[in-house]
Amino acid sequence: MTAGLDPVAVPPDATAAAVGPRRRGGVGRLLRNPLAVGALLVLAVVVLTALFAPLLAPGSPTHADLRAVLAPPGPEHLLGTDGLGRDVLSRLLYGARTSLVAGVTAVVVAVLVGVPAGLFAGYHLGWFDTVGNWIVNAIIALPGIVVLLVVISAVGANMVFVMAVFGVLISPGFFRITRAATIRARAELYVDAARVSGLSDARIMLRHVLPVVRAPIIIQASMMVGVGISVQSGLAFLGLGSAREASWGAMINDAFANIYGAPGLIFPPGLAIGLTVASFAVLGSALRDALEDDTGGSTSAAPADAHEPSVEATPQGSETVLEIRDLSVRYPGAGGSRTVVSGVTLGVSRGEVLGLVGESGSGKTQTAFAMLGLLPPEAEVSWSSLAFGGEDVRAGDGSALAALRGRRMAYIPQEPMSNLDPSFRIGTQMAEPMRRHLDVSRAEARRRATTLLERVGIRDPERVLAAYPHQISGGMAQRVLIAIAISCNPDVLVADEPTTALDVTVQAEVLDLLRDLQRERQMAVILVTHDFGVVADVCDRVAVMRHGVLVEAGTVTELFGRPQHPYTRMLLASTLEGKEPRQRLLEPLGGAR
Amino acid sequence: MLGFLAKRLASGVVLVFAVSAAAFMLISIAGGDIARTIVGDAATQQQVDQKAAELGLDQPLLEQYWSWLGAALRGDFGTSWFTNLPVTELLLTKMPITLSLALVGTVVSAALGVALGTIAAVRRGIVDRLLQVLVIAGFALPGFWLALVLVSAFAVQWGLLPATGYVPFGFSPAEWARSITLPVAALAIGVTGATAQQVRSGLIDVLRQDYIRSLRGRGLSNANIVLRHGLRNAAPSALTVISLQFINLLGGAVIIERIFALPGLGAMTLDATTQGDVPQIMGVVVLTVGIVVTVNLVIDVAYGWLNPKVRIR
Repeated sequence: MTAGLDPVAVPPDATAAAVGPRRRGGVGRLLRNPLAVGALLVLAVVVLTALFAPLLAPGSPTHADLRAVLAPPGPEHLLGTDGLGRDVLSRLLYGARTSLVAGVTAVVVAVLVGVPAGLFAGYHLGWFDTVGNWIVNAIIALPGIVVLLVVISAVGANMVFVMAVFGVLISPGFFRITRAATIRARAELYVDAARVSGLSDARIMLRHVLPVVRAPIIIQASMMVGVGISVQSGLAFLGLGSAREASWGAMINDAFANIYGAPGLIFPPGLAIGLTVASFAVLGSALRDALEDDTGGSTSAAPADAHEPSVEATPQGSETVLEIRDLSVRYPGAGGSRTVVSGVTLGVSRGEVLGLVGESGSGKTQTAFAMLGLLPPEAEVSWSSLAFGGEDVRAGDGSALAALRGRRMAYIPQEPMSNLDPSFRIGTQMAEPMRRHLDVSRAEARRRATTLLERVGIRDPERVLAAYPHQISGGMAQRVLIAIAISCNPDVLVADEPTTALDVTVQAEVLDLLRDLQRERQMAVILVTHDFGVVADVCDRVAVMRHGVLVEAGTVTELFGRPQHPYTRMLLASTLEGKEPRQRLLEPLGGAR
Repeated sequence: MLGFLAKRLASGVVLVFAVSAAAFMLISIAGGDIARTIVGDAATQQQVDQKAAELGLDQPLLEQYWSWLGAALRGDFGTSWFTNLPVTELLLTKMPITLSLALVGTVVSAALGVALGTIAAVRRGIVDRLLQVLVIAGFALPGFWLALVLVSAFAVQWGLLPATGYVPFGFSPAEWARSITLPVAALAIGVTGATAQQVRSGLIDVLRQDYIRSLRGRGLSNANIVLRHGLRNAAPSALTVISLQFINLLGGAVIIERIFALPGLGAMTLDATTQGDVPQIMGVVVLTVGIVVTVNLVIDVAYGWLNPKVRIR
């Protein structure tokens, strides 16, 4: 590394700045969660009990009174006595001590072992990381209780020591969390910058990496204290605890011995363990929610502009295939619902290509998804009418739309690679819709798939059919998706930026293919795009969308010739500005090439 | 894939050696005067020394381990110091009991967990809420405590199922099933929630993927999308947690066998470790680690089968 170069100007507390506000919000959020508050209260009681057991307990936890064996609850013994006449309440209170010491010992050791090792491994990688991972995998593969039994047989039932060994056994969790977070943090710019500016590795880890891993470690620790308490109880139940100390596990052991005489004895210690461990778990997951889950809305769409009324983008005269009126899409959120599409009316006729244009966040993709019935379940969708081929299919539950999908309406996505199921061969994925909608045999579906692949310009269809998605290129994947979309002869094709994710050279080919298929099959196409070049190339009509409403609509000739809305003019200008004039733009619009 | 498996197998073998060596050193160093324990307090020092020589305890530690290892590699794990029964034979008679518990428990909890997790992921709402409660309860209530509650209800109060004892499968499958129902239930209840939770979150992640939307866009049925495409893609993460549960249950069997008086590996481990019976402890340690290594190998193969990217590589 080139240490000693000009120190790059990095705010020393860049991480703190990133983490700080989140944490403060986190604590507040934690205290607003009633479950978390309940868990904290339970744990406060347990901790206080453990600290002040001698003051609180009515008697000695170990004093056996053989005249009062298995006494029922009464004024003298509030929870009765056990098989040796010991006061159950006192044992319960002292047991909290044993449990907490056990859980905390295990976690402290686990953190001391796992966190530094994880930091080091994640920071330096290399041989230490390899060895560390091997050891971690080995530890995970061991049945913990067998290891603990072996340790106990070797060193005796020293609870603190045994729980420390257990801490080593659960350290892999901490190691992995720390390692992963460290690798992530290291990939961030500020660590590199800190290295360049000559900070020592140890300082970098303490100042930049540790704050990032703090939250997940606290969460894991909370869970693991509970696990430690459980394990210690189990060992005590087996009679491997110290006989002089009261513990919840030992109480269950005594209850087990008297299960016929006093079956109720299992409840006080069992519930004590259950409540305590559950509280640690609840606290852990509440911490996770408060500290880690910072994600807000689920879409990138900006709120709709309510001031501007939406124009209509319906075809004139000719045979309308699909028309939706007054489409609105809202997402409920913390601060009231957000409208991302508002009052949109549009339609396409047979053999027509409608371009739906707008910047990202304008609601164009949301509109396309809504017309296909593909919005996420949390979206609130409404429209006044939806007609397909002249028939009203407005059933609100989406079942009417579902019946059309794949068969009469098909969808071509933006990202080819993420839109093929990685676990299934392409042939299987191509055959599925045909088998369902066209009711053809497996062999027939395969034959048709081959023909379709040839049609979309794939030269070795057999190889592609047998391939998994990760084995083909993005351009090829998009051709496959197009082939699937047209496989059941749809009337309408909805294509969501079908070329955006592709290489420039492949873009033109795929666009040509789409246009040819559209003409050949006289499909109606709704083409979502932000690219006016694409619009000029393939569309008949255009609808321009901004802030969830249609601001302008018309034929391509009209819109390119006399754009009315300032937003359209701006978009057009930005498309043309600073670029070489595209060949296709200079050609007669919609003309053959 | 084959090279990967060979590497995993080698790593597993190394693990068995490493653990056996560590365990042997640990129990031998801290074992105390084991020969005295065996022959009893009344025996003379000469008898004790004689016993120690007989067991090879007068040899250096490394030599002891070496001779144990040599015999073990030939499949001979020696004889128990306390009962004089051959350890290999003991292991073979006890293994079916513990494996019955762990395997049936894993299968039952996996089946329930996948079903529950799937429903929770798809329906959310009340099922999801109930699942969260089950997860916390399963995590918080110790298995041995649940076992006691089950015993006191089903065996002591209602007399529906046996409280103790084991009937071999070969002897009577129906009785075998009755004898392991309560122990398996006690083991499975806790881990079912955890498996379901993993399946739930894995499936929710998968169902958010773009290709699921594309599948819906092709008009495929919901059942097909969730059960075929969804579960198939969520399977690797579910498999990981299920294999960890198996290891968990193998350990959990130690306590459960004690409660239900089942003469399995767990009970044997407990006795052997309390007595300091080195050949038995070593046998159990090697066997359990061997089982775990085998299970992990099987999981690796399944993983490769499930994930085409791994398979091709």
